[in-house]
Amino acid sequence: MSKENWLLIPFVLLILLIPVSGSRFYVFLGTDILIFGLFAVSLNLLLGYTGLVSFGHATYFGIGAYTCALLMKKASIPFPLAFAGAGILGGIAALIIGFFCVRLTKVYFAMLTLAFSQIVWAIAFKWNSLTGGDTGFIGVPFPQYLDSKIRFYYFTFAVVAVSLFILRKVVNSPFGRILTTIRENPERTEFIGINVKLFQLTAFILSGIFAAIPGALFGIFNNNVFPDILFWPASAEVLIMTILGGIYSFFGPVVGAAVLLFLRMQVTSYTQYWPVILGMILALLLFFFPGGIVGFLQTRLTLLRGNR
Amino acid sequence: MILSVEKLKKSFDGFVAVNGVSFSVEKGELCSIIGPNGAGKTTLFNLITGHLPVDEGRVILNGIDITHMRAYQICRLGLGRSFQRINIFPRLTVFENVQAALLSHRGKSFDFFTPVPTLLQEETESILERVGLQNYSTATSGSLSYGFQKQLELGIVLASEPELLLLDEPTAGMSAQETRHTIDLIGRIARDKGLTLLFTEHDMKVVFSISERIMVLHQGQLIAEGSPDEIRNNPDVHKVYLGEIR
Repeated sequence: MSKENWLLIPFVLLILLIPVSGSRFYVFLGTDILIFGLFAVSLNLLLGYTGLVSFGHATYFGIGAYTCALLMKKASIPFPLAFAGAGILGGIAALIIGFFCVRLTKVYFAMLTLAFSQIVWAIAFKWNSLTGGDTGFIGVPFPQYLDSKIRFYYFTFAVVAVSLFILRKVVNSPFGRILTTIRENPERTEFIGINVKLFQLTAFILSGIFAAIPGALFGIFNNNVFPDILFWPASAEVLIMTILGGIYSFFGPVVGAAVLLFLRMQVTSYTQYWPVILGMILALLLFFFPGGIVGFLQTRLTLLRGNR
Repeated sequence: MILSVEKLKKSFDGFVAVNGVSFSVEKGELCSIIGPNGAGKTTLFNLITGHLPVDEGRVILNGIDITHMRAYQICRLGLGRSFQRINIFPRLTVFENVQAALLSHRGKSFDFFTPVPTLLQEETESILERVGLQNYSTATSGSLSYGFQKQLELGIVLASEPELLLLDEPTAGMSAQETRHTIDLIGRIARDKGLTLLFTEHDMKVVFSISERIMVLHQGQLIAEGSPDEIRNNPDVHKVYLGEIR
């Protein structure tokens, strides 16, 4: 087993044991972290691996949440099918939006992802009869067999673990290697015989699917879905989580999600100036820890080894 | 005939960079294109390799019209290219740089689940050895010296096993010693692999010592073409180079 896998064991044990503590707060926070951890890793497939800055990643998360909720409540489709439907629709949305976005580069790419995300948000916001509009879609049913916070926590863990397993396989495959060459130098990648736009689009679709999955979980977890989860600050937040954790490490974004959600919960209980604190964290991060938390720890670790 | 360029034309905002250039390259030949700065050499390469859209004219590679193909398609048809500026994957290791090109060439790039670290290890290492980087395979490529990065660039191109190799100033920015070393390396590889070579170069000593045929580009047009001796004694070429060639 690789070193990274050994390192994972204590974390997995910790996650599995949280419900044993009997603390409802930690079960709640743990579920949130797992959901947003996967969401951030799905974004990082674009950001850290392919070098594409998406400013509209909340779109796929939101589409996942709405799809699963609507299919279950309005069409009475059983949860497993509705859940799969969410992933599929997230992928289809990413295919359509990505088809246009990969035609542009850098800041224009980012702006186009933002533009599409605002369109999707506006649809969810205005289409009252389907989504409930501004008041949101309330009363998403828990599937019967998951009808306890602890059961749902373990279910979330299983879904996130399987998803991360798949994504990790993908980034360590030849396909993943080519994504990193595109991140490093798209022009050169074209000249080793790679259809760069096709690879970018494929990464975009995968990223959309694995954003829709945690989105579907999030809708059920909260029992309701609001258009806010599609709005641009939601896209910014997951971007911050990813950068905070470290974009050059597979699990970095999960760490980023954990730290951000934990801090937010702590800080908002003392003061309402959370955005100010968040802004300061971000500024410090960009100046002093450009590799994020995990990137910082990795360089420290190599330095320590070097000194020995 | 491996490559044939017919009346190629390209202009940028009214400035004609390449103006009706025609030439051909035979299989196994070692040709060079020279010309003063701004003569249009790099633009010509960019047109041939699909990096820039062609305004007029045609490019034929091995009998296939590649004029309007994308760069990656042209690469797959056996045309490799190196760049004047360093053009590698800087945060990846030396090994990963060459391995990526091999994965692409062997059609393995759309594999989502095979673990990549040791894939095509032998083949990658043999290419690294050929370009003299076998001891640097785990080094981050962006941290290598300039000369090594140029060698790596060559390794990436070779991994695609091209039949025709376009080298844009392979020794640009190198010391005299590095230049000699690199030219020896390129010459040896071209002979071993039976490659056809078309390159641009600023160092006239290099050009005249290794080229079998030289083409001279000036203001977007070919003004002379011939063996090194013919070019050396061509009065038009002398005018362009102000007596630089002796």
